[in-house]
Amino acid sequence: MATSFAGVPIFDYEVLASVLFFIGLAGAVARRNPLVMLMSIELMFNAANLAFIVFARAWLNNAGQIFAFLVITVAAAEAAIALAIVVVVFRSAPQVDVDDVRVLHG
Amino acid sequence: MIPFWIIAAVLVISALWTVTARKPIYSVVSLLLNFAALATTYLILHAEFLAVMQIIVYSGAILMLFVFVIALLNSGIAPIVLGRDRVPVAPAAAAALAAIAFVATAIAAVHAPAIVPLATHSPLGAVGRANVFGSIGDFGQALFLSRLLPFEITALILMVAVVGVVLLAGDLTPYVPTRRRAEQARRALREAILREGK
Repeated sequence: MATSFAGVPIFDYEVLASVLFFIGLAGAVARRNPLVMLMSIELMFNAANLAFIVFARAWLNNAGQIFAFLVITVAAAEAAIALAIVVVVFRSAPQVDVDDVRVLHG
Repeated sequence: MIPFWIIAAVLVISALWTVTARKPIYSVVSLLLNFAALATTYLILHAEFLAVMQIIVYSGAILMLFVFVIALLNSGIAPIVLGRDRVPVAPAAAAALAAIAFVATAIAAVHAPAIVPLATHSPLGAVGRANVFGSIGDFGQALFLSRLLPFEITALILMVAVVGVVLLAGDLTPYVPTRRRAEQARRALREAILREGK
């Protein structure tokens, strides 16, 4: 397994992926606009993809790239469904705030 | 080495901008920058097909969907007057734990011995060449021959997504807005536009 490529150690790529993942996680947890929350979730998907592709390159194994492909598909499906929900819920609301949606609070 | 750090800086800064921007349309723009930088990283890492997919699917399809929804909702016009963004204690603690676990896993994975050395894999070569690791042909062969099941699963996932979106947003059940709510929304929007104009 290669431990660095093009002069950059694999660990640096991993740190970059985890930094991106936790920026996305912070956005998904802290923001109240559902669109920005969804975009933060896309950031997290992308960070996971970066880790997959780094390890695919490290082991010269295509499985990581195939899984990243699967993740891209899941992200597309998730974005489509979540945005449909946002449109249905907030179509006539004067402002977009997830805290206004209390139907499932129980 | 230098290009990596430039791209890493662009990635982190645009991610921070995405998360902190006050208007969602600014988030979309910075996310576009983020996706472009990430596609470059994929090219460095010999994932040619995924770099192209990143641009076409993420920037072309998903971000356009976001732009359409922002245009469809009031949030594109009206300034979003929200309360303070929240940091709930339990999710924040969970996030901190996940951060520790993720970093520990990454370190362990980096230092792990190669457990599955592939008997035959494509040789490493310059990006853009044929028949090297990560070239379109290499990826396509893996996708359609040795790893066919994940590809079939993506088809199923997209099918489920299409059915779900049609059920949710389609006109199967007619949406009847009450006159009061519609009037409320119109009034709020007008006030918001007036506020923006000042």
